Amino acid sequence: MPQDGPLPPGLEQALLGNLNAAHNLARWLVRDPAAAEDVVQEAMLRAIRYAASWRGGDGRAWLLEIVRNTAHGWLAARRHRQEVPMDETPGAEAPDPAPDPEAALSGRQERLGLAAAVAALPVELRECLVLREFEELSYRDIARVTGVPIGTVMSRLWRARRALLGTRAERIEA
Amino acid sequence: MTDDCDHNRLLLQAEHDGELNPANAAELAAHLAACPACAATRLEMAELSRRLRAEVPYHHAPGALHARIAAQLAATNRAPTTPRMPLHRQLPGFAAGLAMAAAVALAILPMRGADIGDQVVGSHIRALQAAHLVDVASSDQHQVKPWFDGRLDYAPPVRDLAAQGFPLEGGRLDYLDGRPVSALVYRRARHAIDLFIWPAASHRERAPAGRVTSGYNLVRWSEGDMVFWAVSDLAQQELDEFVRLWRSAR
Ligand SMILES: [Zn+2]
Repeated sequence: MPQDGPLPPGLEQALLGNLNAAHNLARWLVRDPAAAEDVVQEAMLRAIRYAASWRGGDGRAWLLEIVRNTAHGWLAARRHRQEVPMDETPGAEAPDPAPDPEAALSGRQERLGLAAAVAALPVELRECLVLREFEELSYRDIARVTGVPIGTVMSRLWRARRALLGTRAERIEA
Repeated sequence: MTDDCDHNRLLLQAEHDGELNPANAAELAAHLAACPACAATRLEMAELSRRLRAEVPYHHAPGALHARIAAQLAATNRAPTTPRMPLHRQLPGFAAGLAMAAAVALAILPMRGADIGDQVVGSHIRALQAAHLVDVASSDQHQVKPWFDGRLDYAPPVRDLAAQGFPLEGGRLDYLDGRPVSALVYRRARHAIDLFIWPAASHRERAPAGRVTSGYNLVRWSEGDMVFWAVSDLAQQELDEFVRLWRSAR
């Protein structure tokens, strides 16, 4: 049920306290500054409307789950509209998901730097990495936010890291 | 590289992330002592985390966004409580919050110059993605219709088509063209149909006209003083049938 009035005590603080995390996640998911702000605003609207589903606590995983779903909705709408991404670093844009993006990445990483390599990860790997490395969420919370089992979170994190480690990890595996 | 390594890589990652089960710690320690490759991977993972924090930007919320959100939250919390809806013991100023929300939505929608049909499809997709098709879940039109009361400044017509094979599932508030609008949700087998309804700018009746956007079928018409947009991934003929039945039901 949508929220029908003043927010539950503590929620306003929880939402504002997690605004940077919400924006960082949105920015890494949609990879477009203006769209990231749109996503955060819409996610906040949804958070207000569904305040009743807040279970207290710091609200971080709860809000990031809403942000993540809103961002994926935006990505789906963009895919359906077949728009061209607006501000991508040339060469950093990989289709989501590419057939073997991890392999294609390793060579580019050297030229584009670590940030571009993160941006070029397939979105399902990128979101796990951002939630773990930048937001320091637990596996359990990442599983909740991304809607997959913990085992899947662990393997996606590993694939993301292996892709970023690039050629050196490849050599070890060879 | 061995199967043993595959297994231990997830363990050493868990250790790195502070998630290692103590029961597995001894097993990992024994493997690391015997496997230089995994021991090297462990160091690389630590170095990668360090570099991610040092070299990759953290995108803090811009000040203007923070101010907008803070104002929005403050406005929601200040909303007065004015009981007027029998369905809800207390209906605080949802409409006031909504007016503010609509102003915010104006900034969000449309997705940069999208026409109404594109917006309708975008809203439909987002509702599907968020698994939030309905705010009020009911197959009873006499429950869905009053739910919009006090949430919108108009009363959308609500009709059930269960007998004709399109059961009503409920309704939700959505935002189109910068204003709150009603969306009725119907189901046909596994397909959802959104029917958006809002007041028309003129009283000109318009016969149903179909189009396809992003793989979704759309039918638009005007009737009385309302505009209707039906959207679904149903086949065009079935959506046309839905529209025909909806218009002839009373
Ligand atoms: Zn090993």
